[in-house]
Amino acid sequence: MKILVTVKRVTDYERKVKIKPDGSGFETEGMNFVPNPFDEIAVEEALRLTKEHGGDVVVVSIGPNDATQQIRQALAMGAQRGILVQAGELDSDAVARVLQKLVEKENPDLVLMGKQATDDDANQAGQLLAGYLGWPQATFASKTEGLESAEEKAQKPGVKVADGWASVAREADGGIETIKVQLPAVITTDLRLNHPRFASLPGIMKAKKKPIEEIPVASLGVDITPKVRVLKYEEPPARLAGVKVADVDELVNKLKNEAKVI
Amino acid sequence: MDTKPKPSTALPVEDLLPGGGFLLESAASKEIFTAERLNEDQRAFYRTAVDFVEKEIVPRHEAIEHKEAGLIPELLRKAGELGMHMIDIPEAFGGLGLDKTTSCLVSEAVARQGSFSVSLGAHNGIGMLPLVFFGSDAQKNHWLPQFADASKIGAYALTEPGSGSDALAAKTVAKLSDDGQHWILNGSKMWITNAKIADVFTVFAKIDGKKFSAFLVPADAEGLDIGRDEPKMGILGSNTCAMSFDNVKIPKDNLLGEEGKGHKIAFNILNMGRLRLGVAVMGGAKYVLGMAARYAKERKQFGSALSDFKAIQQKLADMAVRVYMVESTSYRTTGNVDAAMSKVDKNDPDRGQRIVEAIEEYNIEASIMKVSGSEALDFVADEAVQIHGGYGYSREYGVECAYRDSRINRIFEGTNEINRMLIPGTLLKRAMKGQLNILPVAQGIQDSLHRAASPVPALGDGPMAQEIQLAELVRRATTYTLATAAMKLMTELEKEQEQLMMLADMVIDAYTIDTVVRRAVQAQAEETEKRAELHRLIASIAANTIYENAMARARRIVVELFPDEDQYTRFMELKRLHLDVTQPLVPMKRRLAEAVVEADGYPLPYVS
Repeated sequence: MKILVTVKRVTDYERKVKIKPDGSGFETEGMNFVPNPFDEIAVEEALRLTKEHGGDVVVVSIGPNDATQQIRQALAMGAQRGILVQAGELDSDAVARVLQKLVEKENPDLVLMGKQATDDDANQAGQLLAGYLGWPQATFASKTEGLESAEEKAQKPGVKVADGWASVAREADGGIETIKVQLPAVITTDLRLNHPRFASLPGIMKAKKKPIEEIPVASLGVDITPKVRVLKYEEPPARLAGVKVADVDELVNKLKNEAKVI
Repeated sequence: MDTKPKPSTALPVEDLLPGGGFLLESAASKEIFTAERLNEDQRAFYRTAVDFVEKEIVPRHEAIEHKEAGLIPELLRKAGELGMHMIDIPEAFGGLGLDKTTSCLVSEAVARQGSFSVSLGAHNGIGMLPLVFFGSDAQKNHWLPQFADASKIGAYALTEPGSGSDALAAKTVAKLSDDGQHWILNGSKMWITNAKIADVFTVFAKIDGKKFSAFLVPADAEGLDIGRDEPKMGILGSNTCAMSFDNVKIPKDNLLGEEGKGHKIAFNILNMGRLRLGVAVMGGAKYVLGMAARYAKERKQFGSALSDFKAIQQKLADMAVRVYMVESTSYRTTGNVDAAMSKVDKNDPDRGQRIVEAIEEYNIEASIMKVSGSEALDFVADEAVQIHGGYGYSREYGVECAYRDSRINRIFEGTNEINRMLIPGTLLKRAMKGQLNILPVAQGIQDSLHRAASPVPALGDGPMAQEIQLAELVRRATTYTLATAAMKLMTELEKEQEQLMMLADMVIDAYTIDTVVRRAVQAQAEETEKRAELHRLIASIAANTIYENAMARARRIVVELFPDEDQYTRFMELKRLHLDVTQPLVPMKRRLAEAVVEADGYPLPYVS
């Protein structure tokens, strides 16, 4: 089977981001960039599925030329080839439309995506893509057996594929629900689907020789006019210091008259 | 683009100075390799190593320190799955055959957990490299694939109860058996890392009590006894034991390298070990600085975070400067070694030997890395404990372990005293052999001190002009002092260990200031403005501090060398290299500390 996996270049979630003074975006100078962690899980799942069923994993990133590095990391994990759509910041809808074009070109049996990117946490592109393609979707794929299971240790996929259907476990309130979707489909991956492998040193060496196709976004003929406009970024207000109260009466008084919550 | 375009990453071969060559030429005339010039592959390897250590090693810290059975071998095998032991194995033997910069970068990443770092180095460093460089093809074909995946673990047995620094005085003896088919080993070894988990040891012994040689000894050889796991001060998770050999019989083919050439193996492996150790301790120091910075930010006293107090800021700034100094000399040195190695013809039948020579060329620099790196880590770990106050003394906090783990680094891979002796000793040996033009250069410097024109180099242009001037003064003072001591004491110098120690410190100063300033100058064109400013700040603090220390050392050496006559003349000579005006450092340190606090640690992390 052929699987298309998306990998977004995001700011390192372990470093604190700083908002530009004019609120137009984030400071990127000196920032470290990593693959979106949910996408790494998608890459891992794709590699396990193709190991079990045969086939190829194609990695797609939409972003600046530097996103090549995140594609290379996925190639170092074991994916076969990469596609970089060269573009600036796009909203989720534009991302879905660009991916739709690529899917029509590549004809994969499955699209695997992180459920959301850790930079904007939008959680929309996968759903929108399925909508535009008219494909079934299964979001937040997880692992029934859990991450400490023998299945995980044996690097078995959590998404089970058989007879043209994929069965996907999703974490729901109070348990796990399993849904079946007919392929081709879009599946988005949640945190507890797998432990992604490391990019090994020999893998990094091999990845250098794997092809990455570069496609300028303009050449795809997709309408990328933003549907969502970001007006401004600001820091959440700093938490005010607490106050000590002498007794319960004072507390009740403050809650009633100052905080006006009772 | 987030960063300026990267320059071509490898050091141009024409810019390669010989080992010790930094004493001959002024700063900023040639390019050096720096951490800013790490290429994409090197950054990717580093990321993998960091990722692995953060996810697989650091979370098991407690289990490692409590010596959970089988854990270290398991983790070594996991590291093997990622190819971490393949870096130094040539491609012909199933390895990756990568450069020394990569090898050192990975060591830097692994240093976050001291015990594991030492176990890994004993396996794929001193345990494996004797085979890589001196093994026969048959030995390499047999062992290297098993080292690569850590299905077999290696160790290195040189030290004995009676011979530590004096390694060649080993008493372990090898004798050929009567049928001429086996070596029979008798004797004992001490402080052997990985002894209990190793499958094969590189053991040094004297054939017939005379010819110092190396042997591959399997752990299951009859008569080989591994002693108890020594209770140690730090690196508690690594195992360190004594070993005894009671008529241990090994096949004749287990001789490693040539009979009587064991010293070449021992010393060259130590050279390589020092390169990696120098970088590893710097990686440890970065990690500890991170702990200190985060704690200083969180901990409040007198209503303010510790990081708001100027005394604490000064500490954080000083720690960052020490890390930068070692980071700079480390990667300059690995860049030199890589450039020298790249000159070796791939088809040279003696390629292994040529590579050993390329590494040996920079043994002065490797000793500098080892000494200044281990002392920087001690300084940083000590200040990190201090910033933590009472909590720093508690086992609950990581800095307590880091402080204990740090101490061994000044002792193993050649004590810092032995390494200090090697620094001026090797320089002068090369000068005497005509390999290094120190004496003519020193004569030129001395002549300039007697001319009417000021011997202080003119202040150039650019943001780092003053620092370039200071570096040049330190270089001249060091070369002058070294040559003066050599001329005065001649062959007696090697007995004057006190002078040698101080001379070593001056050479370390000279290499460090030259490197730090060159790196910062290069960074102005290569780095974003925010990072370029940090390079300027750090280099400026380092240059001013080193200049003052070096000049004080030079004066002291002159006093010791010329207690009576000539002292005044020498003083007057040195004084002409003195510059009164230096920069105030407090504002710079405050600005740097701010950057350390903002970055939660070392403010110039490798970005990708």
